[in-house]
Amino acid sequence: MGELHFPWMETSILVPLVGAVWIRFFANPDNSFRQAIAISALTLALTVGELIDFVTLGTFAAHDHWALIDWLFHQEVFVVDELSAFLLPLGALIHLVTVLSTLRTKAPRFSLTSCLVSESILLATFSCRASWTLVALLTAATVPVYLELRRRRRCTRIFVFHMSAFVGLLVVGWAMLQYTGSSSEYVLIPGALLTAAALIRSGIAPVHLWMTDLFEKSTFGTAILFVTPLTGAYAVMRFVLPIAPAWALQSIAVLSLTTAVYAGGMSLIQKEARRMFCFLFLSQASLVLVGLEIVTPIGLTGALCVWLSVGMSLTGFGITLRCIEARISRISLADFHGLNRQMPTLAGFFLLTGLASIGFPFTVGFVGMELLIDGAVEVYPIVGTMVVIAAALCGISVMLAYFRIFTGQAKTTLIPMHARMSERIAVVMLSVLIIGGGLVPQPGVASRYHAANELSQQRQLNPMTTVNGVVHEHVTAADDAGAPDPTFSNESVILNPPDQSHPTNHTRPITLDRLKTTQP
Amino acid sequence: MNATELVFQALGTAVVVSPLILVAILGLSALVGRALSETTISRLTQASVLFSLMPAIGILAMMLILGTRYVPIEWGDWVSIPEQDFHFHVKFVFDRLSVPFVILSCVLCGVVGAFTRRYLHREDGYSRFFLYYAMFFTGMVMSSLAGTIETLFVGWEMVGLSSALLVAYFDQRENPVRSGQRVWSIYRLSDAAFLIAAISIHHMTGEGDFGGLMSSGIWPEGTAAVTPQQALFVGALLLVAAAGKSALFPFSGWLPRAMEGPTPSSAIFYGALSVHLGVYLLLRVSPLLDVSTTLRVMVVTLGVVSAGCGALMSRVQHDVKVSLAYASLTQVGIIVVEIGLGLHYLALVHIIGHACMRTMQLLRAPTLLRDYQNMENAMGSRLPAGKSRLAKWMPNSIEQWCYRFGFDRGFMDTALDQWIVHPFVFLFQKFDSWERATTDWMSHEPSRESDATKLHPESTRKTA
Repeated sequence: MGELHFPWMETSILVPLVGAVWIRFFANPDNSFRQAIAISALTLALTVGELIDFVTLGTFAAHDHWALIDWLFHQEVFVVDELSAFLLPLGALIHLVTVLSTLRTKAPRFSLTSCLVSESILLATFSCRASWTLVALLTAATVPVYLELRRRRRCTRIFVFHMSAFVGLLVVGWAMLQYTGSSSEYVLIPGALLTAAALIRSGIAPVHLWMTDLFEKSTFGTAILFVTPLTGAYAVMRFVLPIAPAWALQSIAVLSLTTAVYAGGMSLIQKEARRMFCFLFLSQASLVLVGLEIVTPIGLTGALCVWLSVGMSLTGFGITLRCIEARISRISLADFHGLNRQMPTLAGFFLLTGLASIGFPFTVGFVGMELLIDGAVEVYPIVGTMVVIAAALCGISVMLAYFRIFTGQAKTTLIPMHARMSERIAVVMLSVLIIGGGLVPQPGVASRYHAANELSQQRQLNPMTTVNGVVHEHVTAADDAGAPDPTFSNESVILNPPDQSHPTNHTRPITLDRLKTTQP
Repeated sequence: MNATELVFQALGTAVVVSPLILVAILGLSALVGRALSETTISRLTQASVLFSLMPAIGILAMMLILGTRYVPIEWGDWVSIPEQDFHFHVKFVFDRLSVPFVILSCVLCGVVGAFTRRYLHREDGYSRFFLYYAMFFTGMVMSSLAGTIETLFVGWEMVGLSSALLVAYFDQRENPVRSGQRVWSIYRLSDAAFLIAAISIHHMTGEGDFGGLMSSGIWPEGTAAVTPQQALFVGALLLVAAAGKSALFPFSGWLPRAMEGPTPSSAIFYGALSVHLGVYLLLRVSPLLDVSTTLRVMVVTLGVVSAGCGALMSRVQHDVKVSLAYASLTQVGIIVVEIGLGLHYLALVHIIGHACMRTMQLLRAPTLLRDYQNMENAMGSRLPAGKSRLAKWMPNSIEQWCYRFGFDRGFMDTALDQWIVHPFVFLFQKFDSWERATTDWMSHEPSRESDATKLHPESTRKTA
């Protein structure tokens, strides 16, 4: 375990928390937005610093230098590793652009305090490995959303029902796992409970209704912040992947795949932009879960890449919709609004982020989607085909929304519709990341591949995950320079296709032969 | 790398990089809101075309002088995971197929670009047109020169996006926008087939390189290194992709809709280049046809049916651009038959000749109508309409059916709507109503605030 050169994690968790207290009790309301932006920007800088520090260390996991929490509790609470190193800046970025794109007129509705508290909880969550602390943080993350719904006097039944089930299953599952141990033959029961919890939090059909309801009833900003970091996928990665047998993961992958196609189809028939966005997000998030659950190195790498791209691009897509909503209220998709002339920058950004979310070439999502489909085809060709169909449906949906919102007869409005400076900054920041990540994808892919190997290694340590149709493939993981890294596992998990009853040693279990070829 | 290879590398890189730079300049100016003048935009476009065309001609000259038939331009791995044998290799190839096609693309893009400079003068969306046009040009160059299936897919996608956006260019009116949406939807579904095919090729050969697929010889003499079953599987997927892009049967319904865009883009897309991209793909993977007779029969059949439908439909259209578009479809169908019969060079010559002729026809179409009106005004009557010999001998009932078939555009859109779109929408609306019922029941109240969304809140003159 390496050690960072600065308490990046604890500081980045503490800064938004202190900022929330400051804004709640001491800040001048006129300046609170500027201060919130400054706090979020500082937090992002800290998480980026942590990422750079971690990458330069070249280890799998690291803890803070002068870690106060560890010293108080005599255990390592916050640890950054290959899996979470990129998620921390992503979480901070999502919060920063959301605050940046919030109009002052929305101050009574969108609570900056709640936003900063949520950021603190999210960063703490992504800095935690599977433990009671992580369970507590996942539970705590639901509280600000619930309080907002209450404050807005909206019905909380659906949210409370689903989140209670999520928290209950999570607590009971984790408690049982502590009792049985992860290598026991009884691990399936807590494993099933934890899986169910993670699936509820991820909004996998048919337990996705809380998500559409949340987009209906909460502020758009809060809904975006609660779903776009894909905390449910993080729960799957920390709680489920290390202990679930391959056949169980494949079953979950089928559920996720069904959700991806279902949500893609649903996004096409929605008549209101928020609901369309919700289903679009659900479809893309489910694809991430598909990749996580097929557990091949390529598929896992694809899933981790798509995770980052979906987080970035759909946040951008969401905040664009939110900016428009802030000006004209909820957007109907039943007719054309013709906003292109009045907000050309937002129109271009809407198209860019929408295309990035479906993995269009030269955007951050392209290579990730390619890897994901490649990994899916490796396990079972029909899975790859369904992933492609889901992506195609989402693509049609994105363009449909673009045409409905930005084309058509332009209307004259009395309010200014152009993007403000802070909105432009948010747009440029995300655009640079989306296009930059699309043009130079190798560093990100290499890092995600290392992380995928780490996940495979964790699964290797548990004998329960390597029964029923799992074979091993020798993989020599190497660092970017090509030198072997002794910390990597030399094995990864490949699943058999369902039609084979016994393990084989083929690395590509589909029926397509790999043929030796020569260059002309 | 010797001096000759170095020159090839430099020239080949220039051909590809030039349109990329144009996209970057026009895209950045649009994103940061710094509008460029019409003159600057058109000059940049012309310069970009020139800096692609000249190196391409230079490479052709060098290939003829040196007797080289195959010039690979390697850019290395864009993404690679060596441990997993995953490589996204970027490679461009200059051979007997790609060189004529890229030169054709550059020449026609240059001509149409020059025409558009005057045609869209002082048009509101001038810079928007040229941004999409640059995207299209880049996509065409990349697709033409692609040495790997993934690179071809990148170019293919860019052409598709620019096509849909240019169909919807006149975005103040609803019809062009709806047509653009239709085009995009067909493209997405056919692109899905392409993507699955690309990944399948990856799995079959361990790489996406066309050289890997055609393991011996170079185009058109290569022999596909796959089994007949694999060839049929991948070939069928690529055939769907090509049919979508080239508007072959049963995807011809979007072609007349695509004519909603400005005349220059109609000419370059649906008269010249985009409509031929599907058949170019078939030409590129034509060695697959030698492996599977079934696939060959499928290709020929598709070509014959498409050509027949195109011929019938083009004769009864009342819009000159739509009529020309269906005439294009007829020719494209014939080209597909030529590819199916293994007449590769004939197909290539046919593509080049047809693209040039059709571009000129489409560019001339708006003024042709005015000339016709002038002639009719001078004569004081309608121009006499001839009747073909075949129509004289054809029974009236068959003639009427053919007319109806052509006028209703082969019933393709109707069939697509009735059998695919409507059931799809009905099914998902049913799901939506079930969701609504469930959330209403759980909430003990109407659960959807979105039901109260106003149709046009932007016109209420109120802040949100």
